[in-house]
Amino acid sequence: MKALRYFLLAFVLVITVGPFLWELSTSLKGAGEDIYTQTPSFVPHQPTLNNYAKVADAIPVWRYIGNSLVVAALTVGGNILFATTAGYAIARLRFRGRSVVLGLFLSTLVLPGEVTIVSQYVTVRDFGLADTLVGVALPGMVAALNVLLMYNAFRALPQEIDEAAIVDGATVPQRLLRVSLPAVRGTLAVVAIFAFIQAWDDFLWPLIVLTSPEKYTLTVGLQYLSGTFTQDQRLIAAGTMIAFIPIAILFSALQRYFFRGVEEGGVKG
Amino acid sequence: MKTQRWFTPWVLTIPALAWLLVFSVWPSINTLRLSFTNAKPLGGDVDFVGLRNYTDMLHDGDVRTALLNSVVYMAICLPLLTILPLLLAVLVEKRLPGISFFRTAFYVPVIASAVVVGLMWTWLLDDRGLINNMARALHVVAQPVPFLTDRWLVLISAISLTVWKGLGYYMIVYLAALGNVRKDLHEAAAIDGAGAVRRFLTVTVPGVRGTMFLVSILVSVAALRVFSELYILTGGKGGPGGKDQSLVMLIQQYAGGFYGNFGYASALSVLLFAVTLVPMIVLARLNNRSER
Repeated sequence: MKALRYFLLAFVLVITVGPFLWELSTSLKGAGEDIYTQTPSFVPHQPTLNNYAKVADAIPVWRYIGNSLVVAALTVGGNILFATTAGYAIARLRFRGRSVVLGLFLSTLVLPGEVTIVSQYVTVRDFGLADTLVGVALPGMVAALNVLLMYNAFRALPQEIDEAAIVDGATVPQRLLRVSLPAVRGTLAVVAIFAFIQAWDDFLWPLIVLTSPEKYTLTVGLQYLSGTFTQDQRLIAAGTMIAFIPIAILFSALQRYFFRGVEEGGVKG
Repeated sequence: MKTQRWFTPWVLTIPALAWLLVFSVWPSINTLRLSFTNAKPLGGDVDFVGLRNYTDMLHDGDVRTALLNSVVYMAICLPLLTILPLLLAVLVEKRLPGISFFRTAFYVPVIASAVVVGLMWTWLLDDRGLINNMARALHVVAQPVPFLTDRWLVLISAISLTVWKGLGYYMIVYLAALGNVRKDLHEAAAIDGAGAVRRFLTVTVPGVRGTMFLVSILVSVAALRVFSELYILTGGKGGPGGKDQSLVMLIQQYAGGFYGNFGYASALSVLLFAVTLVPMIVLARLNNRSER
């Protein structure tokens, strides 16, 4: 029974991770190795990093990585800061209009982002931010879903911890930073990881906002590489690995927090 | 006892609220407004044109093809991505040695960009790629299968990519739900001599039914929103004769450039919103009925 389970697990592993390994293998094969043969080898015969260097010759890949990092940093920063403050206020403070605000955040969840993408572009353009990285990052800096995730996490904390802090004379910022925030670290980690992944992986929005090739983010740049500069699958494979490896490392380093956050109820549609 | 000043909640809420108003609420209203105009990316006069964009849409063959593609996409994704991830979640639920490695590994396609996995699959499905080579080496086919150049096969390839990339995501959603399924019911069923399949159908499935409905709604809406998979697999061209386009691909084309048309793109966006409401309403209704 146990053996059957491991057999099935291994089978799914081949399906989910296999394509990544095949791409990695292709990216390491030298120009002398026929990658189109009917009997391709999984292990490169003459492993080389040449293809990675050639990617940097074809497109300014370091600049694209920098551009993607700028967008991701703004997105993560904005979401951590503003989703925390708003989520905390709605969950833990009493004020007039609180339920209206909560309802407003909830109501935007049924709206797929693609529906408003054109008028969002019009807004960003009217701000003078078309074809800029700030324009790419700006709309995603506060996601309603993240506000609601933080709201849920703060709401789950017992009322007593605030009461005790109030008796001690703690102000709202002190209560937020010292009492509540440490208790919702798991959810905060989920928010941060997802904000980063979403910004790093996004394609449609930067494709619409950016027109100058030197401002491309990595995903748009990759498409540019495969569409314009090369048919060589070794080069394209190297490009995809450049985009994929950082996020794979980040995720495997933080996956503990992620799965813990999931258990805290941190992941909802 | 006074615990806060009146403005404190607002200071904390206003940044997020401002973002919501500027980047969600206003664009929603503006999409509707623009859909009645002839606004162009390159400027010029903006006139209200009444329902013209909508009547144009009715006669637009591309829109009809895109809607057909969306229905096919949804019809295949819906059963596969509602059921397979649940089976996967059951598989990784038990705390076997090394299970967290498998959970993480199964989640990897989710964290990769659609552009990255799209290019990976373009290579796998190439005429001289791994899948065609293996199929020919095993004499399953004599000629390469035109995964990326046949009108329907392109769509099927993109659907497989979406299903493959979504497995891990919905697996995690189910995994959180499986934690709430009562263990004593499983044990009772096992004592009654129910096998694994029977227990899955009589204990697990009813226990996660609410989540299955949630997942089915998420899957349907995601299928209607497809963009990157089709865009990358067809090199941005939408397949042979542009027959493999989705609504979002059409929106993207009209959103910029020389032939751009914000008015028409906005009308397409309104159509997209209306189309995503259909599975939401139908599935929510079904859920309500089955709960009674």
